[in-house]
Amino acid sequence: MREVAVIGVGMTKFGELWDSSFRDIGLKAGMLAIEDAGLSGDEIDGMFIGNMASGRFIDQHHIGALIADYSGMASNHVPATRVEAGGASGGMAFRQGVMAVASGMHDMVIVGGAEKMTDVDDPSSNAIIDSTADQQWESSMGATMASLHAMIAKRCIHEGMATREEIAAVSVNSHANAVDNPNAQFRRATKIESVIRSSAVAEPLGMFDCAPISDGAAAVVLCPLEDAKKHTDKPVKVAAVSQASDTLALFQRNSILSFAATRVAAERAYARAGISAKDVSVAEVHDNYTISGILAAQDLGLFKKGEAGKAFLEGVTLTGGKMPINTSGGLKAQGHPIGATGVAQIVELTHQMRGTADKRQIAKPRYGLAQNVGGTGSAVTVSILEAI
Amino acid sequence: MASVAREWREIPGRYNTVGTKCGACGKIYFPARSLCPKCRRASVGKMERYDISEEGEVYTFSVVHDAPDANMRMKPYAVGMVKTTDGVLLTGQIVDIDPHRIEIGMPVRTVLRKIYEDGESGVIHYGFKFVPKW
Repeated sequence: MREVAVIGVGMTKFGELWDSSFRDIGLKAGMLAIEDAGLSGDEIDGMFIGNMASGRFIDQHHIGALIADYSGMASNHVPATRVEAGGASGGMAFRQGVMAVASGMHDMVIVGGAEKMTDVDDPSSNAIIDSTADQQWESSMGATMASLHAMIAKRCIHEGMATREEIAAVSVNSHANAVDNPNAQFRRATKIESVIRSSAVAEPLGMFDCAPISDGAAAVVLCPLEDAKKHTDKPVKVAAVSQASDTLALFQRNSILSFAATRVAAERAYARAGISAKDVSVAEVHDNYTISGILAAQDLGLFKKGEAGKAFLEGVTLTGGKMPINTSGGLKAQGHPIGATGVAQIVELTHQMRGTADKRQIAKPRYGLAQNVGGTGSAVTVSILEAI
Repeated sequence: MASVAREWREIPGRYNTVGTKCGACGKIYFPARSLCPKCRRASVGKMERYDISEEGEVYTFSVVHDAPDANMRMKPYAVGMVKTTDGVLLTGQIVDIDPHRIEIGMPVRTVLRKIYEDGESGVIHYGFKFVPKW
């Protein structure tokens, strides 16, 4: 296998992009990434696109062809593949892209992620998100995605793994970090009390515990590490991309206080990169709900079980803290256009590893880790980028 | 709108919580599976019908305020994970009680109720819910 590098990144602003269509945002992110890599576009020989549900959000399937066409790649007949894994669609598209280059099948791949969620009303959007749980035995019984996470939170509080305040602190952390991210949907800090008092979505979780509905796209360009210096002075090495599965329904797990797929994907990624959790300088984790941030931080080994909540509460996870988490603002504050999320995590980590994250830049970046989750931990990707 | 067949074929599980027990390792599954994920090939042809216990206790729950269209009229409503006396977890709504009086560990039993309807002329979906075992 060949080592792979990220040589270009780009993303749109995340948020309610009323004047932009799915094709507009997909094209924009791709153009920015190709420009950042210093390419004309003719060098690209493969495309992978993370997208969860264009078929339901905009009634358009077959978006591989759509993006290839509107980005001009179809004129070179570049193969385009859409990847779907619920909330992990972006992370999984990234992994497919890395595998394509590592294997030697492709030499220059663009990985995009895009979701246009605001072309349907909020109840429809939530119903689409709920369909990433087990439709037959969870969603159609009345369990929403928020309520499944709320049930995890409730049990965590019951067993003393985290307090309500600690869970709310995940949102406070993401919002504080997003203030310095010009692409973030919400560039406003918030307080623990505001999160806890926010209108109830699924008790104990309120609106400020939940990632928003967003439009947005992100893209990265990959090539073999040995060729990377021809294109950029600051390539970033892909040290690992791993993926793990678990049961579709949450109720079929041995434990709901931890996502086994995160633990396993992390173990595989650390082994591949030859590092351990303590070597991670910065992490982007899937905080679609605040409780998910607590689980992620513990399952990735960044904090011991029962200690992540305290870390969020004490600000250890802020951009300037000892273990920065979600310097981008995470899903909660940067926004969560589902298929784009996993790719946007790679965009943020690439900036961190290059040292181009502006006000969000952490000190001495070495390894950046991204964790992207589908459903309630049913599919998880963990990717590790290395500064070289 | 979903077809009638889609609902009809799931009736044993949705109305009567019929699951399966692996004849090879003895593990109980709900919903029914034709393959034991642990024994895989060794379980083929050995998955037996198993009626999940109707009694259990609340393992965790949430009170839902932001509800999908189908459940809009019921909100706020409680949804929970119930651990049956077989040790199996089920997800469903907890009804016949003020949602804010529900507690983890509370004894419940399964009952058959209307879950939702596909508009005014579509299928009426029935299935199990949980009620307090007073």
